[in-house]
Amino acid sequence: MAIELSGISRHFGPVRANDGIDLKVRPGTIHGILGENGAGKSTLMKILAGFIRKSGGAILMDGREVSYANPAGATALGIGMLYQDPLDFPPMSVMDNFMAGQVTGMRLRKDTFRKRFSLLCESLGFSLNPDTPVARLTVGERQQLELLRLLSSGARVLILDEPTTGISGVQKEVLFTALRKLAHEDRSVILVSHKLEDVEALCDEITVLREGRVAGRMEKPFDTALLLAMMFGSEPAPAPRAGRTAGAEVLHLEGVSAPGGRTGLKDCTAGFRRGEIVGLAGLEGSGQDVLLRVASGLVRPVRGRVSVDGRDMTGRGYHAFRKAGVAFQPAARIEEGLIRGLTIAEHCAIRERGKSFLVQWGSAEKSARERIERFQVAGRPHSPVESLSGGNQQRLLLSFLPLEPELLLLENPTRGLDIESVHWVWDHLSAFAAQGTAVVFSSPELDEILMVSDRVLVFFDGRLIKDERPEETDALELGRAIAGKV
Amino acid sequence: MSLELAAAAAVVLAFTTMVLLFAGAPPLETFRQIVQGSLGSWIKLTYVIKVWIPLTLASCGLLYTFRIGLWNIGVEGQVMAGAVLTTFILRSGVESGHPGLVLFAGLLAGIAGGAFWAILAGYLKTRGGVHEIFAGLGLNFVAQGMVLWLIFGPWKQPGIASMSGTETFPDALWLPYIEHLRISPAGIGMALLAVVLTAAMLRYTRFGLYLKAIGSNEKAAFFFGLRPRTTMILAMICAGGFAGLAGGFQVAGVYHRLIPAISSGYGYLALLVVLLSNFNVWVTPLVAFFFAALNVGSIQLPMALQLDSSLSGVIQGTLVLAALAVHALRTRIRRAS
Repeated sequence: MAIELSGISRHFGPVRANDGIDLKVRPGTIHGILGENGAGKSTLMKILAGFIRKSGGAILMDGREVSYANPAGATALGIGMLYQDPLDFPPMSVMDNFMAGQVTGMRLRKDTFRKRFSLLCESLGFSLNPDTPVARLTVGERQQLELLRLLSSGARVLILDEPTTGISGVQKEVLFTALRKLAHEDRSVILVSHKLEDVEALCDEITVLREGRVAGRMEKPFDTALLLAMMFGSEPAPAPRAGRTAGAEVLHLEGVSAPGGRTGLKDCTAGFRRGEIVGLAGLEGSGQDVLLRVASGLVRPVRGRVSVDGRDMTGRGYHAFRKAGVAFQPAARIEEGLIRGLTIAEHCAIRERGKSFLVQWGSAEKSARERIERFQVAGRPHSPVESLSGGNQQRLLLSFLPLEPELLLLENPTRGLDIESVHWVWDHLSAFAAQGTAVVFSSPELDEILMVSDRVLVFFDGRLIKDERPEETDALELGRAIAGKV
Repeated sequence: MSLELAAAAAVVLAFTTMVLLFAGAPPLETFRQIVQGSLGSWIKLTYVIKVWIPLTLASCGLLYTFRIGLWNIGVEGQVMAGAVLTTFILRSGVESGHPGLVLFAGLLAGIAGGAFWAILAGYLKTRGGVHEIFAGLGLNFVAQGMVLWLIFGPWKQPGIASMSGTETFPDALWLPYIEHLRISPAGIGMALLAVVLTAAMLRYTRFGLYLKAIGSNEKAAFFFGLRPRTTMILAMICAGGFAGLAGGFQVAGVYHRLIPAISSGYGYLALLVVLLSNFNVWVTPLVAFFFAALNVGSIQLPMALQLDSSLSGVIQGTLVLAALAVHALRTRIRRAS
């Protein structure tokens, strides 16, 4: 299936998210769309998927112009999109989610779909239990499920928005193999990403977007420096790792077991010290996210003890941990981190709640302006947070962290961010460590963990199986540990 | 907004005309009767205001719960609970010799009664995991049962219990009113104060901001350090307090006794008022006035045209549905263009 986009435009008020974009995807190929945050990638793909309407331009499939007004219309034409934030039904089981939108007629034909599900699962090497409620899956597992559903419903054009975000290296390889196979079967695959290595490894052709326009195109083999230049104008320098010395222990877990994720956390003993950045690695849902939630008081351990600054905090709630100087930031920004419908200034007023009965709107706006300037957020005090791009939302969230926390717990803090934003985030987080905060974060990116951490903890099947300094290990060894081989 | 209301009104007019034609009634005459019956004379206007006061009070309360994302359908029972406690205090104070004080205490008790009834629903929601609609609906039935039991049991009139309610209070325990107009300045004052207070609470206080934050994203608000469950209980207390005051006004200012239909369905009606106001606190009293006028205006329909007075309910219901439909339609058109 050949796809051609011609002169696609989309305006949001005065903002030109897409400004006359031309794009050709040859059948049987994998086409990469590169660009930093706010370049217009997501908008373009949402137009193709029927999720938002174009202001101008045409979409051609196999040379014929097509038009549709909603995602169902796109699905009927065989265009399927895997969104960055999974669109699924959390209270329903994996199986029911898989069947949703696929079942026709009166009968559910559960057995047929169960068979199809396990076949697909097997061919892609995913290990999803069909009877688990989706609410208990991690973001990565939910993305896997969405992908399975798209494939099963017979999509001929597959759009993947940041598909490698949140899945492990091993799973990424499996996914890539599957995508190559699918492209081989004459489907068109469009991969939207900001990760150069992924796009380079997988794609036959790349289109780079910048500020809503096409900045350049390239076919295999790719010239990395040239691609970077197209994306950013110039190549960004990597963030330096400052030599830090760890101080006294801030957080201590002793034999902690807790539920959550795919495996829960099993019998974990670990200490985290002042001024130290610790990266938690492992397959999505292997216990690292449970550790972060136990350490922030969101999940109560069923066994073991948790202490902060030498004080026993076992069984205490989130607010008690907050008071003790523990700050937690979830991975899902607009779902859990920010309050949709509220402006930046309103967020500031909530963040800096004093004891006064009335809201101090003047100081809230002042603080909003300060944060916007200091954290380079592209917005105004009265902008609703959902109008900001992912990178700007993350910067805003970071601005809400307390100034001098004892312990900073971050769930995948750079999820879906472009390289420049990643560097910005880590420059900022390193400053926390430099002033004596213990920073603990989870990330599916081994490179990121190796780049910024003073210590790496690897989780497998709910257990802490490796505790290493990055100088004394490498990506290969860590990758083996993640797969369970120590 | 005004265009939407006009379009909704047109839809309602068309629909109601159809209903009337179907029922064999002359539409123009019916509408004339409704206007005449509510705004035709000063006396009739005072009847409307008497309905407007409790309706506005209950609507103001609902603005708090809607803001935090709760459907406080238990507002009806909260009105009744308030009425019961007010009756209790007024009954106990008949011979106290300080009628002013007793009246004041009675209204305060009304607030407390409504708030208590709301707390029950609030706890069922936040601790028991019972959806507030089911909790509220259940408590409405309990409150209605309690009212009937009191009227036919412990508080029955000397001699014989009757559907006409408990014994009427002495004049001294009636909320003061202007002699010929029979409207209570205190009641109007309470309703206006409720509107201004609610507007200020939602716009300027931290509590108001927290309601909005939790109503928009409970999880994120929790991560920001807010306490959704506690705040929900507080919102329920506000809603129940205003509803209870409405019930207290029904007892002290309208019926001067407890009657079986003491809430007059104003709680449910207030839900419609707030929906039609699009949760705007300044529009709420206007819509409440319109609904009150419809209610009062349709009272004489049975006599004048042999029509059932429930026609006002049909108009109110279709008006809200039409307003929601028109609003959705306009949003869709705006998005498409």
